[in-house]
Amino acid sequence: MNGELPPQTYRVTRTDLIRYAGASGDFNVIHWSDRLASKVGLPGVIAHGMFTMALAGRAVTTWAGDGGTVVQFSVRFSRPVPVPDTDEGTEVEVSGVVKEVTDDGLTRIAITATCHGEKVLTLATATFRKR
Amino acid sequence: MPLDPSFAGRTWPPTEPYLVGREKIREFARAIGADDAEYHDPAAARALGYADVVAPPTFPIVVTMAATGQIIDDPELGIDYARVVHGDQKFEYAGRPVVAGDSLVCVNTVEEIIQRSGHDFITTRTDVSTESGEPVVTAWSKLVQRGQEQ
Repeated sequence: MNGELPPQTYRVTRTDLIRYAGASGDFNVIHWSDRLASKVGLPGVIAHGMFTMALAGRAVTTWAGDGGTVVQFSVRFSRPVPVPDTDEGTEVEVSGVVKEVTDDGLTRIAITATCHGEKVLTLATATFRKR
Repeated sequence: MPLDPSFAGRTWPPTEPYLVGREKIREFARAIGADDAEYHDPAAARALGYADVVAPPTFPIVVTMAATGQIIDDPELGIDYARVVHGDQKFEYAGRPVVAGDSLVCVNTVEEIIQRSGHDFITTRTDVSTESGEPVVTAWSKLVQRGQEQ
């Protein structure tokens, strides 16, 4: 298994946030109302942190080949991902590096996720069990 | 007003079981753009050794976030959810993923409440097990309640 996850670019639009809100049950107003997001000091609507984490998870599980093998997954949301109300929305880029492969078959990956070149996740690691 | 630090260490009674549906897993997987077969196709999931379609690794947030309503909506704690942003998130699985058909029970604990630079930080831990007591996953969430604008 290669030591690096090929970088993946995911487009994120307002439609994605609405769909994620419905599927996840997280209807926090900061993910759909510019007016209310601005009111609490945000630049506007931001993506759910859990949506960004899910994109990072996709990069890992697609690479691992089985979404059911993840044993540990943790992130810090270091900065928000603003999603403008445009057709293009924004983009999140995810890459990763294998940090450790243990004797008992665990692979630990350090994940990098950026938006406009700035890290939106830090301390992001996923560990999965080799099938 | 800062969050009451005396909530730290408090554990709530187990939640009512959440029955994980196949269509809910598919809906969640579609919402994150994950089209891998094990999330959608029971036959593909069984071929990998799972009982039914597999939930993506962050799916438990659907269950744990609903469960932590016990904490977030507690008027005594008084969290203003519009001012809340997500700080950290961690999942640790006990040995298998969540699959369709699981009936999951959550036990919530507040691990920590601190104040720093005018913001409140609350860390919750949710232990998720099946109704029959098999541990499945533990989720930790650190939420940040942003300070009021000066």
